[in-house]
Amino acid sequence: MLPKWFNDWNKANPTNVFGPAIAIGIVGSAVFVAALVVTWGNPLQTESMQTGPRGTGMSVPEYNVSRLAEDPTIAGYSSSPPVVPGPDAVRAGDVIENAEPLLADLTPENYERVVNAMRTWVGINVLFNGEENYQTVVARRMIQMTQNLNENWASHVNVNGNAGVNCYTCHRGEAVPSDIWFNVTPVNENVGGWAAVQNRATSMSSSTSLPSSALEVYLTDYDSQVNVHDLESRVAGVPGIDEDVATIQKTEMTYSLMNYFSNSLGVNCVFCHNSRAFYDPAQVTPQWSTALLGRQMVIELNQEYLIPLGEVYPPERLGPIFADAPKVGCRTCHKGYQKPLQGMNMVADWPELATTGAPVYE
Amino acid sequence: MAVEYQNIFTQVQVQGNPEWGMDDSGEMTRERVGKPWFSTLAGWLGNAQIGPLYLGWTGMVSLATGLIWFVIVGFNMLAQVGYSIPEFIRQLFWLALEPPSPEYGLSMPPLNEGGWYIIASFFLLVSVMTWLLRSYLLAAEHKMGKHVFWAFASAVWLFLVLGLFRPVLMGSWSEAVPYGIFPHLDWTTAFSIRYGNLYYNPFHCLSIVFLYGSVLLFCMHGGTILAVTRYGGDRELEQIYDRGTATERAALFWRWTMGFNATMEGIHRWAWWFAVLTPITGGIGILLTGTVVDNWFIWAQEHNFAPMYDGAYGYEDYGSYEAFIGQED
Repeated sequence: MLPKWFNDWNKANPTNVFGPAIAIGIVGSAVFVAALVVTWGNPLQTESMQTGPRGTGMSVPEYNVSRLAEDPTIAGYSSSPPVVPGPDAVRAGDVIENAEPLLADLTPENYERVVNAMRTWVGINVLFNGEENYQTVVARRMIQMTQNLNENWASHVNVNGNAGVNCYTCHRGEAVPSDIWFNVTPVNENVGGWAAVQNRATSMSSSTSLPSSALEVYLTDYDSQVNVHDLESRVAGVPGIDEDVATIQKTEMTYSLMNYFSNSLGVNCVFCHNSRAFYDPAQVTPQWSTALLGRQMVIELNQEYLIPLGEVYPPERLGPIFADAPKVGCRTCHKGYQKPLQGMNMVADWPELATTGAPVYE
Repeated sequence: MAVEYQNIFTQVQVQGNPEWGMDDSGEMTRERVGKPWFSTLAGWLGNAQIGPLYLGWTGMVSLATGLIWFVIVGFNMLAQVGYSIPEFIRQLFWLALEPPSPEYGLSMPPLNEGGWYIIASFFLLVSVMTWLLRSYLLAAEHKMGKHVFWAFASAVWLFLVLGLFRPVLMGSWSEAVPYGIFPHLDWTTAFSIRYGNLYYNPFHCLSIVFLYGSVLLFCMHGGTILAVTRYGGDRELEQIYDRGTATERAALFWRWTMGFNATMEGIHRWAWWFAVLTPITGGIGILLTGTVVDNWFIWAQEHNFAPMYDGAYGYEDYGSYEAFIGQED
């Protein structure tokens, strides 16, 4: 294979290349690893926080590189304090032409403030510009949704410190928020039943082989039940035939949902559960009930607000497979953080978005 | 060289005329296939001679039915990706031939809803059982004990529990394990979660003890024998009936270390029983799950071996989350 002169020369000049090769390999690897650690931060440097009695393995571990870093989207957030209306304040609806009816009772200063902030948060300039464009129609519903969240779902959004939500919580400056989801099942061809909805790496299964249908069921169906455990040591029945006997397949779908929760919040199982008895309400953390309420909240958001808006969107905003409306899940707000925007208060400056009634200025 | 014995590879290779083994009845050669040859690479790890192979009718049936199972599984996976070869390769570890959906119970479902799974499983059953029979017949042919047969049978017991005995007792083929790389791991996790944490299943505990025990014993035995190879300790059979300094040193080492030592003979009984008991106890544990016990954690509480812990759960009681993530105001 090699030319003859090279083979001859090689034979005449025997050299042990293993020593130098190993040395170069070690030095090269060390340089490579050092460059990675310097540029990306040391991924092995972790901190963990105990969250349960000793001996139970309850702790939340995090890499320092992500633990101590600020959510980069926090810097892109802008806010302005409300202008408290004076005694002789006028209505925006009376002085601004084509004012948005939903916001018409605000003072002109606060009207401009809210509309401008919304345009910045979602990056859409044609919002409330007097036309009935689809963005405006959707935004109207989104304001009502935000007010509903802050008013009726404090048990989720304010459960640990006052945070609340506004448009930026999901949108982060983008017209279409990241981490929305669409229906994808069935994902497999030429098969029926459970085999059709699982065993494919999809975004809906977080690239696992677990069912891709978990969000479609558990985040849109009010009647869906996540629990799969029997609450006695022996419960007779045949899975799939007897209604209340959970199957392995349903358990996998539950696991798929839990995996989505976990990835959405950047937490592990024991952030909410005690893993030795996943189902036992006596051994869970307070975050377990927060997540439970969160699922109910998301079902309401999808059923009352987002799925009905499917008729309003142009085709390019609908799902790629079934042309269904974009829907929200945990990750749409949380974006991988335990608290969206690391717990920043999103509603303190915005009494207009805090309640479905008249805003209370202080 | 003085350090000749300190090597992870076998240092002495025998390569010459192939060894054909005994042929007392004059019939064994008839069913041996393949011209024997020598591999230096194989010689580093074991015997340098490759072949010949005695297949017999059991070997033939086992390979044929095993191949049918393999092809059915593969073509079902291929069909699921719409017969796209690139997608088949890309999703290979995710794809599976799934057992029937739960609503079919123990009936025969349509082919594309688990029917192929039943057919494939039948061929796999024939394949595994004929291979088991083969290990018995070949041992009989060599007038050996049937220890390897019984050891393999213990693994087959676990296989039968997972795919046959338990689904039948549960009344549903949907309880069987899918044929897929990741999907069978999903099944394993879901199985533990569904039945309230398999770690509280005492037979699962025993199976883990024997599994890890097997690893430990194998490591101790292998290490001991290699350590006395310089005194001829790797010739274990000779050492059994004519104990030499290798055995004396190995025995002394362990007796001084932990007060007890196995013997050159007995250590192999230890290893065999630990290995065999791993799937036997594991199979019992699986068989009881869903048929006799449906929530192992509650069962463990009822039988007083799941301890209770006093104390608060949640980070609020151990510090502030904001302080932890360094975002405290």
